[in-house]
Amino acid sequence: MINRPTPKKVRIRRSMMFMNAQKPNLLKDAYIYGVDSIIMDLEDAVAENQKDSARFSLFNTLKNIDYGDTEVIVRINGLDTPHWQEDVRVCVAAGVDGIRIAKCESADDVRTVEKAVAAAEAEFGVESGRTLLMAALESPIGIMHAYEICTASTRLFGVAISAGDLRKSLHVKSEPGGVEMFTARSQVVMAARAAGVQCFDTMWPNLDDEAGFEAETIQARQLGFDGKSLINPRQIAFVHQTFAPTKAEIAYAEKLIRSFNAQQDSGIGVYTVDGKLVDVPFFDDARRVLAQAKAIGIYHGEL
Amino acid sequence: MLNAVKRDIPEALLAGRTGYQGKYAKDGQSLHKAAPTITQALKPQKSKLADSLKAACEACGAHDGMTFSFHTEYRNGDKVAAMAAKVLIEDLGLKDITVAATSLGDAQANMAQYIKNGQITGVQTSGVRGVIGEAISAGELQTPAIIRSHGGRPRAIAAGEVHIDIAFLAAASSDAFGNASGIRGKNNCGSMGFAIDDAHYADHVIVVTDTLVDFPNVPAAINGVDVDAVCVVDQVGDPSKIATKEARMTQDPRELMMAQAVAKVIAASPDFKDGFSFQTGVGGPSLAVNRYLEQYMTQRQIKMSFALGGTSKAICDLQDKGLVNYILDTQDFDQGAVAHFATHPNHLECSLDQYASPANKGAFVNNLDFVVLSALEVDVDFNVNVVTGSDGVLRGAPGGHPDTAAGSKCCIIVTPLTRGRMPTVCDAVVTVTTPGDSVDVVVTDYGIAVNPQRQDIIAQLDAANIAHTTIEALRDKAYALVGTPAPLEWQKRVVAVVEGRDGSIVDVVRQVKPFAF
Repeated sequence: MINRPTPKKVRIRRSMMFMNAQKPNLLKDAYIYGVDSIIMDLEDAVAENQKDSARFSLFNTLKNIDYGDTEVIVRINGLDTPHWQEDVRVCVAAGVDGIRIAKCESADDVRTVEKAVAAAEAEFGVESGRTLLMAALESPIGIMHAYEICTASTRLFGVAISAGDLRKSLHVKSEPGGVEMFTARSQVVMAARAAGVQCFDTMWPNLDDEAGFEAETIQARQLGFDGKSLINPRQIAFVHQTFAPTKAEIAYAEKLIRSFNAQQDSGIGVYTVDGKLVDVPFFDDARRVLAQAKAIGIYHGEL
Repeated sequence: MLNAVKRDIPEALLAGRTGYQGKYAKDGQSLHKAAPTITQALKPQKSKLADSLKAACEACGAHDGMTFSFHTEYRNGDKVAAMAAKVLIEDLGLKDITVAATSLGDAQANMAQYIKNGQITGVQTSGVRGVIGEAISAGELQTPAIIRSHGGRPRAIAAGEVHIDIAFLAAASSDAFGNASGIRGKNNCGSMGFAIDDAHYADHVIVVTDTLVDFPNVPAAINGVDVDAVCVVDQVGDPSKIATKEARMTQDPRELMMAQAVAKVIAASPDFKDGFSFQTGVGGPSLAVNRYLEQYMTQRQIKMSFALGGTSKAICDLQDKGLVNYILDTQDFDQGAVAHFATHPNHLECSLDQYASPANKGAFVNNLDFVVLSALEVDVDFNVNVVTGSDGVLRGAPGGHPDTAAGSKCCIIVTPLTRGRMPTVCDAVVTVTTPGDSVDVVVTDYGIAVNPQRQDIIAQLDAANIAHTTIEALRDKAYALVGTPAPLEWQKRVVAVVEGRDGSIVDVVRQVKPFAF
């Protein structure tokens, strides 16, 4: 029997890959691709009359396969379905790291799930507060409530924007450059940063359009997202590369920290590095860049 | 007697030869080469055209107990080998025939019946698949088959251990004098590298073609001076089976991930520099290595001096992009490669002797930096099996595997850790075809293991932050996933000998015990 270590609320989540919880051949070794988080899907990928068997294979998979450092999250069925409570029970009993709330629209939705999770933790003797949450924002009202959702629970580590349904509600279709999603994406990033949680961009559904996928991934990084949802292991490498600090960013961060360490005794708050004025927020950002580079194994310096 | 790969070789087979003693055990030894006995032609002559294949065989002195050979660059579409066997055995009624093939597969399926009938009594080949493999494994061949690598075959021919009476060489085009080529015909196979040595060493050579062209058909793979007769047939091969349109680049994420890992290992080596050389196979992950290697080559602005061996369109594309100076081609895997061979001036034919034989003064494999190969099984001593399935039945081809592994500076095996219920990394392979002393790195979907004798590669991977583990850890993982396989049960009789490229005996294959509950 596998017992996963206590999940970390703050960790690197550049890539979150969906896998159908019903397919043991996909689940059995999904960790080999080096994705940061796997999202086992009990929702859309599983037919209405197969929810039971999917839960069964999910439970046994988690109890028998060691996913190691790969975070295991489960997307449960919507709160408007008869399935979600049983989904929560199986997630907690199996010891998943986190639960993704589909179609989350309000802080109450988060609290409803949180209550069920707490009850399941008590029921199965799981450490209280162990199971993390994340919310998928898929509707205009969900996007409008992004900040209250982000602050609804201490278990909540982040929110993801999910574009498929959202575009329908907005009466738009996928456009090159993503202009139709610009406001929604920005609002999600803003809310997440204000609340101090992570945010993740939607998945790119058209596997063969690699250029479109790459452009959207780069845009997500530019907008401030922490990572992106994926549907195929082939997409992992580009996402990881895009969401990693560049060599230049790492070098600059290193320089800033070194200069800060050298200057801190002098009592001067503001000075210049490479001819550019820097102050405290610069150093915080530099620390974040180095911490991220370390966590993903591309920085081996002494800082 | 146990040889250097810990295989027990029956004493009776060791008369006049040795068990495997290590990859360079015979380096520096002298060798007297065998030469053919030919029929001189001094009179004026316009044509060597024969009325029929039967007439050509008679003119070449076909007889009981003879050995005939052919090349298999028409792959599954080959019609000439089956045709030749039928003429010798059915039309001429000959007995006690030995087949000396570069491979045996479905295209030569009629030979399985000749083996069962006791008409073909000897088989020497670089690969065996399908019904012929099953017949040999069932003990139906009278003498043990000899499995040789692509380099081992020309060595055995040059050393006189196999003497070819008649070579039947399928050609895309030929003139009436026997200047023959794999291109310029109706059914092209591209390189005829497999056929060239047979033309030099066989007593008699019959070129079989479906496209007769004007003299001189040059440049030729097979020179008319080596050819006794030319025979025109309707079709030398079925074009739909000769070569696939294009060896497909895999989209399987697991295979792509392994290919990427292989490219990373290569890129971490100090030998990955301008002028490096490279060979890979056509299997899913191997072929995809080309794609990732291209990215590293472009990034570092380096070029490949030569690509060696079996050729697919993927490597031709790299040459067209200016990233590969020369392709030294032994056989073409797809139609793109065949067409490229016919047109690109630096895409050249390479004989098996030149490619891989240990019986010369330095084959091209000795100058190879990296080779990427697949495997049916790899064991914890890094021995590789590419010849027998997990049921012990012959169904594979060493091809150039042992030669490139031994000759290259870095041999990388790429394989999934399990295939269905079969662990690929295991305690001991069913049959050793490539000894572990030639294998340097094993790349699987569950991690990379480096042969401990290559501490230099371990240091390179560490320096490049490429995670690696031990081969034992990979085996443990495989067994944890699919269980520990029960040992195979064999009968006593040896049905095939796996000959090392230097002529030593690496392993034997015994008759399989029919499966029973």
